[in-house]
Amino acid sequence: MGRLSEVSLGLKDQNKKAFVAYVVAGDPHPDMTVQLMHRLVKSGVNIIELGVPFTDPEAEGPVIQAAHERALAHQVNLEAVLTMVARFRSEDAKTPVVLMGYLNPIERMGYKSFSQRAGDAGVDGLITVNLPPEEAGDLTEHLQTHGIDPIYLLAPTTNVERAQRICQASKGFVYYVSLKGTTGSGSLDVNAVQQKVNSLRDYAPLPLYVGFGIRDGETAGPIAAIADGVVVGSAIVALLADAEEQGSETVIQDVVNLTAEIRAALDASVS
Amino acid sequence: MTRTQLGINESLTSFPDSAGHFGAFGGRFVSETLMGALDELTEAYDSLKADPAFLAELASDFEHYVGRSSPLYFAERLTERAGGAKIWLKREDLNHTGAHKINNCIGQALLARHMGKPRIIAETGAGQHGVASATVAARFGLKCTVYMGSEDIQRQSLNVYRMKLLGAEVVPVTSGSKTLKDALNEAMRDWVTNVDDTHYIIGTVAGPHPYPMIVRDFQSIIGREARQQFAERQGGLPDAVVACVGGGSNAMGIFYPFLEDSSVRLIGVEAGGDGVDSGRHAAPLNDGVVGVLHGNRTYLMQDPSGLIAETHSVSAGLDYPGVGPEHAWLKDIERAEYVAVSDDEALQAFRELNLLEGILPALESSHALAYATRLASEMASTQHIVVNLSGRGDKDIPTMAKIDGISIG
Repeated sequence: MGRLSEVSLGLKDQNKKAFVAYVVAGDPHPDMTVQLMHRLVKSGVNIIELGVPFTDPEAEGPVIQAAHERALAHQVNLEAVLTMVARFRSEDAKTPVVLMGYLNPIERMGYKSFSQRAGDAGVDGLITVNLPPEEAGDLTEHLQTHGIDPIYLLAPTTNVERAQRICQASKGFVYYVSLKGTTGSGSLDVNAVQQKVNSLRDYAPLPLYVGFGIRDGETAGPIAAIADGVVVGSAIVALLADAEEQGSETVIQDVVNLTAEIRAALDASVS
Repeated sequence: MTRTQLGINESLTSFPDSAGHFGAFGGRFVSETLMGALDELTEAYDSLKADPAFLAELASDFEHYVGRSSPLYFAERLTERAGGAKIWLKREDLNHTGAHKINNCIGQALLARHMGKPRIIAETGAGQHGVASATVAARFGLKCTVYMGSEDIQRQSLNVYRMKLLGAEVVPVTSGSKTLKDALNEAMRDWVTNVDDTHYIIGTVAGPHPYPMIVRDFQSIIGREARQQFAERQGGLPDAVVACVGGGSNAMGIFYPFLEDSSVRLIGVEAGGDGVDSGRHAAPLNDGVVGVLHGNRTYLMQDPSGLIAETHSVSAGLDYPGVGPEHAWLKDIERAEYVAVSDDEALQAFRELNLLEGILPALESSHALAYATRLASEMASTQHIVVNLSGRGDKDIPTMAKIDGISIG
């Protein structure tokens, strides 16, 4: 079993909720990313989801788009991201790292070469936003050779037949996108999420995490009560956007305060 | 795959396959939220494309609203000046709204109506597809939002105002390079959010399946007419068909009905910008690498780490880093040829057509004219070239005036 499944199944066994935190690699500055990852872990994050900067992040809302642009301004490409993961991994052998990005940089590096280098760097999972399972055959094979779990998104618009297929193709955890829309948009309808999550349970033996629309302890609590974990991205990234004005230590502290608040809400949801 | 590797039951016009693949190209590379909407669109289109009532509606609007058929005009003086093959112009510039874009918009607006979607969205570069979308929205009583890069809004203020007159909302896009590709990203984001009541009219033969197929089918009226008109006027088939290629909708529209006519050379002309060697251009079929963007696999302008490169062309409508997947496939199986023409050559062709034929071509179409004129001079006077004159150039007058240093306030 890989590091990701070990952590996601382990948490479930212990009746603990998983906290997945998303940041874009290289945002706001490449020098900050590895330190930020360690601080996230210390404040209660279980799994790090690291965004791979891309010029055309078509599924992202304005907050995360801006983060991609800040990272690209520092020339953070896929190769640089893998270097950051390797540096993180040299000091943290336990916390799973999932890359989240778009297909083209991976395709350009080559599926085989990417899988090997990512595996060597200590990457545990991969979410390729614009790669549905139908087109993913070749990449999946190479990922599995190198112990990287493919993770797919499920959307409110996903029908039952597709949901079954996606759950079968997923490893580590299943990621339910709770909103129609881009990252960081809209507000959550907890009842609708609950209905969907309950119906997904029938064919998703894996831990089921919910993302999109969770921004603090208040929004995390009710979702944690129905899912196995939460993914928080835009709320964290929005704090990092102020780094230039406020200084990097201040914004990292802001992030840590937020993640600690969310951790407390997750723990309270099972007590 | 080459021509001879096609399966026994496959003709060149039988693509894409059911998953939207043209050989190794095309497909459906989008986020999960859109998969359902693309299935719904595929299903709706598959049932409507064979529905006589739908086809009659389409034909009626083509005739009475767009003004089809468009003429096939023999350009006598341009032919004389080129000194070789005879040059014919397929006059898509004479369509309502001044370009071929309306053919696709009429078809997709009808689709939207049949699917019960009261709102349409579109992306636009030069504004031609935005104007055509706003136009059909007014015609069919649909709400319309057009996404346009903030850079392009500056360059194309006339079309922006025109869209507003037509009742559309024009949303400036300030992300990325602030041009066409970013407008497309933003339109996708709108669609993801409003997928229940909104149909996205993609303006070119790119995007995820079924868009490349749908847009091609609606645009193929151009080639069907041209093929028949040529047969009636001249007899037989032309020796070559030439069209400009940005995303590639006007080219695919005129090429498609000629795909099985192996004697007809099909030539797509990309935007060479400052020259293909300069790197400052928008010619992915000449100088790109295969990758995935905007929902499909195709040739792309990209850097060695797979980031999408900024492109350049004097013509906003060709200023796009990708190209429709069917073109990528036609290039690889060597059924079509793809060349590039520089900004300067296109500008010269623009001036020449004004002076020799009294026709004001779009800068996009001027790329096709420039190459066709050069090609004609290398061919015999008994041979024939059909050029798709995809749009008129009124929108480009401010650009030309600026180049000439003339203020036209």
